[in-house]
Amino acid sequence: MEWLEGLLAGNDIFTMQTLSEYGTGLINTLQLVVLSIILGLLLALPLALMRASKRFWVSQPVQVFTYIFRGTPLLVQLYIIYYGSSFVLIDTPLWFMFKDAFIPALLAFTLNTAAYTTEIIRGAIVATPAGELEAAKAYGMNYWTRTRCVVLPSAFRRALPAYTNEVIFMLHASAVAFTVTILDLTGAAYLIYSRFYAPFSAFIFVACIYLCLTFSIIMLFRKIEFRMLAHLRPRTEA
Amino acid sequence: MFEYLFDFKGYGPELLRGAFLTAQLAGLSLLLALVLGLAGAAAKLSSSRAARGIALTYTTLIRGVPDLVMMMLIFYGGQALLNMLSDFVYNEWDIDFFINVDQFIAGVLSIGFIFGAYMAETFRGAFLAVPDGQLEAGRAYGMSEWQVFRRIMVPQMIRHAIPGVGNNWLVMLKTTALVSIIGLTDIVRVASEASKSLHLPFKFFIPVVLFYLLMTLVSELFLKYLSRRYSVGVREVA
Repeated sequence: MEWLEGLLAGNDIFTMQTLSEYGTGLINTLQLVVLSIILGLLLALPLALMRASKRFWVSQPVQVFTYIFRGTPLLVQLYIIYYGSSFVLIDTPLWFMFKDAFIPALLAFTLNTAAYTTEIIRGAIVATPAGELEAAKAYGMNYWTRTRCVVLPSAFRRALPAYTNEVIFMLHASAVAFTVTILDLTGAAYLIYSRFYAPFSAFIFVACIYLCLTFSIIMLFRKIEFRMLAHLRPRTEA
Repeated sequence: MFEYLFDFKGYGPELLRGAFLTAQLAGLSLLLALVLGLAGAAAKLSSSRAARGIALTYTTLIRGVPDLVMMMLIFYGGQALLNMLSDFVYNEWDIDFFINVDQFIAGVLSIGFIFGAYMAETFRGAFLAVPDGQLEAGRAYGMSEWQVFRRIMVPQMIRHAIPGVGNNWLVMLKTTALVSIIGLTDIVRVASEASKSLHLPFKFFIPVVLFYLLMTLVSELFLKYLSRRYSVGVREVA
């Protein structure tokens, strides 16, 4: 702490106070992104299985959902859920949850990323080689066993590169959260910009933080990919 | 019912103007992005190390930082730079001038600049997808480099680039919603102001959702038509 204060001495914009605002922003951004990514993935799994179904009445509703959420801007979805919840839920017991902007924003982000993830996983499921399915059937596996033991594990591996992009996209898209009064990273930068009228220090600094986060995500997924594709690596001579 | 749906409480013309501005903004940004993308791809494929380095920095930075942060940096930072410039000119040569950054131009510049990076990647891949043998065949026929480029490279490059450019366009269309945050009165801005002042969120945001879905639908149909046109003479696999 001491050395940090020494480092910041004589600096008007990067003081302990603004750094703590950036810290709060970082925590809020990470909370929103991590939670919505996890919840979105959990939601996307059953949806993707439904979307890949051959039965029209199972896949069609999911297709409508993904078309609407992928065809409109996240900002509009956020506005509708944020302003709409205050319109619809104001006198209901649920209101205590939606009073704060965090839950509406989390809901919007989750539904948005679920829609994109559904399509990614569905693409991977549909691309399962027919031979693998036939082999599973020949072994007498029923639908659930087949899905659990054959389809999903290989679909996850195929989906991984596209899913990495989706996670990065979500991190970047989360910047709109500050428009509904959440102090995220971008919100902190905007606050500091408007207080000091210092666009370069405020936005370039926050851009660097986002860049670091993006590279961390890429590194993390490269590790996961390395592990999940271990059986495909050429064996090294021991 | 019908009358209720189309009663916009006097905001109807505003909404239409907003929709028109969104479409204009998206179209102009697309032009800029295509130009920057081609330049970026040329730089990435060039033999000059400096050009490759600049292009790599450009695409990495843009893709690692949220659109919104980039947009605010260009918009607010651009104004600050212009102010510094006009101060400097006034102090040095006693010429008094002042330029206010036009929000529309700032919007087009920032969105075009951001998506130029994505387009560069798309075009690079498309250029590389044209088989070398065909270019060599062209040269063997005695065509000049320019003729090879115009007759063999470009028509096939376009075919490979259409899906990627189409995706970028659909993402860009939704990104235009962000200009409402930096103060442009696009359709999202109009809807959010109208719904806040009348406290009727759904009335104004549902037309916005329909507008984006319609734009998406029309674009998809047009892209399908384009890709059919540019795939004439290519055998389809099964």
